[in-house]
Amino acid sequence: MADLSTNFLGIKSPNPFWLASAPPTDKEYNVRRAFEAGWGGVVWKTLGSEGPPVVNVNGPRYGAVYGADRRLLGLNNIELITDRPLEVNLREIKACKRDYPDRAMIVSLMVPCEEAAWKAILPLVEDTGADGIELNFGCPHGMSERGMGAAVGQVPEYIEMVTRWCKQYSRMPVIVKLTPNITDVRKPAAAAKAGGADAVSLINTINSITSVDLDTMSPEPSIDGKGSHGGYCGPAVKPIALSMVSEIARDPETHGLPISGIGGITTWRDAAEFISLGCGNVQVCTAAMTYGFKIVDELKSGLSDWMDEKGYASVADVVGRAVPNVTDWQYLNLNYVAKAKIDQDACIKCGRCYAACEDTSHQAISMSPDRVFEVIDEECVACNLCVNVCPVEDCITMEPMTAGDIDPRTGKVVEPEYANWTSHPNNPSTQAAE
Amino acid sequence: MASNTMTPGIVSGRLSEDEIKKNFDDLYTPLDGHEAAVAADRCYFCYDAPCITACPTAIDIPLFIRQIQTGTPEAAAKTILDQNILGGMCARVCPTETLCEEACVREAAEGKPVEIGRLQRFATDTLMDTGVHPFMRASDTGKSIAVVGTGPAGLACAHRLAMKGHSVTLYDAKSKLGGLNEFGIAAYKTAGNFAEKEVNWLLQIGGITVKSGVRLGHEISLDDLADAFDAVFLGIGLGGVNALRADGEDKTGVEDAVSFIAHLRQASDLTKLPVGRNVIVVGGGMTAVDAAVQSKLLGAENVTIAYRRDQDRMSASRYEQDHATSSGVRILTNVVLRQIIGNGSVCEAEFEYVTQTDAGLTGTGEILRLPADQIFKAIGQTLETVPDRLDIQGGKIVVDAAGRTSMPKIWAGGDCTAGGEDLTVTAVAEGRDAAEDIHNTLMV
Ligand SMILES: Cc1cc2nc3c(=O)[nH]c(=O)nc-3n(C[C@H](O)[C@H](O)[C@H](O)COP(=O)(O)OP(=O)(O)OC[C@H]3O[C@@H](n4cnc5c(N)ncnc54)[C@H](O)[C@@H]3O)c2cc1C
Ligand SMILES: Cc1cc2nc3c(=O)[nH]c(=O)nc-3n(C[C@H](O)[C@H](O)[C@H](O)COP(=O)(O)O)c2cc1C
Ligand code: SF4
Repeated sequence: MADLSTNFLGIKSPNPFWLASAPPTDKEYNVRRAFEAGWGGVVWKTLGSEGPPVVNVNGPRYGAVYGADRRLLGLNNIELITDRPLEVNLREIKACKRDYPDRAMIVSLMVPCEEAAWKAILPLVEDTGADGIELNFGCPHGMSERGMGAAVGQVPEYIEMVTRWCKQYSRMPVIVKLTPNITDVRKPAAAAKAGGADAVSLINTINSITSVDLDTMSPEPSIDGKGSHGGYCGPAVKPIALSMVSEIARDPETHGLPISGIGGITTWRDAAEFISLGCGNVQVCTAAMTYGFKIVDELKSGLSDWMDEKGYASVADVVGRAVPNVTDWQYLNLNYVAKAKIDQDACIKCGRCYAACEDTSHQAISMSPDRVFEVIDEECVACNLCVNVCPVEDCITMEPMTAGDIDPRTGKVVEPEYANWTSHPNNPSTQAAE
Repeated sequence: MASNTMTPGIVSGRLSEDEIKKNFDDLYTPLDGHEAAVAADRCYFCYDAPCITACPTAIDIPLFIRQIQTGTPEAAAKTILDQNILGGMCARVCPTETLCEEACVREAAEGKPVEIGRLQRFATDTLMDTGVHPFMRASDTGKSIAVVGTGPAGLACAHRLAMKGHSVTLYDAKSKLGGLNEFGIAAYKTAGNFAEKEVNWLLQIGGITVKSGVRLGHEISLDDLADAFDAVFLGIGLGGVNALRADGEDKTGVEDAVSFIAHLRQASDLTKLPVGRNVIVVGGGMTAVDAAVQSKLLGAENVTIAYRRDQDRMSASRYEQDHATSSGVRILTNVVLRQIIGNGSVCEAEFEYVTQTDAGLTGTGEILRLPADQIFKAIGQTLETVPDRLDIQGGKIVVDAAGRTSMPKIWAGGDCTAGGEDLTVTAVAEGRDAAEDIHNTLMV
């Protein structure tokens, strides 16, 4: 059976599934139950400085985007960092770590961007016996307006500076949690590395308004008729998170920097994808908030079975496997030619491929009076839209053409060699061969 | 002493009031809002959707389902009613398993179609519960049209004509409107007095004068109508019933299934409606199934449908047959009723087994006798009063695709005409299309 245990920055946990810093990790009661349920570790809900804690709104904090059957696809929140006193949190962290020494205990922190503030809190955290800290440079609402969270995460110089303070004033491994609310995620990641970070974690939530109440004209969630942007998370954000993770994993400047993957992880498969793109472990929030702690059973069994099937002995064997296959568009093989193919036995004759291709693509599907749908190879550009809209899995497939055959659309022979845009004759910057 | 299922003879009160109430309640509980959303989400919004083609009234089904998905069931209802003004009734009575739902691609894919009928009911009930009638009458055209018969064909025709601004006079021999919607359809399909409510809702369009209790061929003649109106539409259904041609057909206890059902539909207290202990229904269509099932629901102990051919030849759909058998009705096939035995009233039915050959049905000589207190004839209805001078073929009025009869100014549709299945939805389509043709003819 596959070994699911991980060693992330020297922090050991029995499996790669940590609960992300959020309501599931806001107090001892939750964390104990999470550990009992089998979670490998937690990142405690973000702590602030000593003194009166922040206050949350007293109306709805969450908004949602639904799919069929009210399946939660996206969640948005306007919650702040912990609103419980610092000493209470520290006491509970200590108790949990003491009683579950084999689980990872990371403490998330967000204090003002002043050296003294960080210097003050770090020894208090260290005293709990926690395994590491995560710097919350990601929260996009409320805290950012006070010069913390995403406000820091959007300025690489601040990231570097604060990270350096943390390394200077504590022995604990430092994970820097990145905000996706920026244009190029490689910059803050590089800054974290320059400041001495042991790892980055990403993504935090994305600025969002989930909906507008068309009766009251208030954004949701609505607090007394007004709304404010919140942070988006859940299954809908996974593609964005995967892309950001891959950017950091393959950039020469940050390549090799350990990554804790976060963002929309709901099933074992999502987790495996993050790991394949370079994450040493993963963090989960919305899926646990939607379905409860028990999902970890499926996460573990699914990952373990898949690893057995593929012959991966440990999680470390999987980390980064897909990274070499992430490239820039300009390096994609333009001599690779495919055609859509419809399996007539599997086809249920809904005609969605026809509507999609006829109305919005390349008029490459024919429809007979008795509803037989066929691809016209002369027109098909292999865009994949028909595959994407077909309700039957594997009914429409993309079949690569064999080198040497003639593409009926272009009348050209399919070349066996790899050739990309950088050398394409239509590219104005292609150097003409002398 | 109160009677029960085993009390001999034809008696009332076999079941308690509570049991009766439960038995004749809605066969299918309506979808609630969430169930409708889930059911609607299963629709693929097919291109040139096969379900639309399969619907005799060609309702834009993917569109109305999408309107339910997006939280606008009233708009969905409008889409339905645009094509089929009796969309509420059709949602309850259509054999969807042989119409739209049979054509649904999810039926092919997984044997479980989108629940089109129930979704249609959700949309139309939502709108009709608000009491709103979403159609407006066009300005008066000055034309007047007589519509005879207030079944689905007549109602659909009258509504469409009124909407177009014509003045409609609606006749029916009966005092209550609705045709078989009111007198024929099984009670558990149209619970809560729906047929009557729907007629009243439909008449809100205005421009329709109702003359009930007036029978064509008695109080009025076709020639009178043709003289007095710009056009006439006949939707008179099939009032007569085929004879059994078995000895003893005149004995007490032998009845027409349709009149038994009509009594049942009009009864104010079903515990007072008598039914036999041993009931036999002769026939193989929807009427046979409805008479049999409702006899069972009234408390008959043994109910048998006796059909003369193989089961797969029955015109009731497989789904209806299964409904009958799961209600405790026994379906006996390849038997022909030869003799009804009894001294004045029925006490036994004698059948002969038959086989199907090229020459027709031939008796095998093997005889079966079943105890019987009540025998229902459900072997097809016939045109009752054939209006003079109209071309008739196979016992039905001959019409073209637009509903024109052999006589000028006279259109017809529904069960009384040849062509199309004898279904509520077909009658609606024919009434509607005839109205369009009448309008086009009068307005040139
Ligand atoms: C028992 C039974 C169950 C059925 N169940 C279903 C079902 O579940 N689903 C389904 O789709 N179909 C069902 N059908 C068939 C469906 O009811 C008919 O196809 C449909 O009602 C035909 O409509 P119509 O308007 O042509 O005629 P009808 O509904 O028969 O209406 C004819 C009207 O004309 C009136 N009339 C007749 N003669 C005259 C006259 N001379 N002058 C004035 N008025 C006259 C009658 O009083 C009646 O109101 C069933 C039929 C029966 C008998
Ligand atoms: C209600 C809520 C509160 C959150 N609070 C914090 C927080 O205090 N600190 C933090 O670093 N991230 C916080 N997050 C972000 C999550 O830790 C996580 O990065 C994000 O939700 C993406 O993961 P997911 O898609 O699995 O939910 C919060 C998320 C939610 C939904
Ligand atoms: S791949 Fe694109 S172009 Fe080809 S048939 Fe499908 S939709 Fe049309």
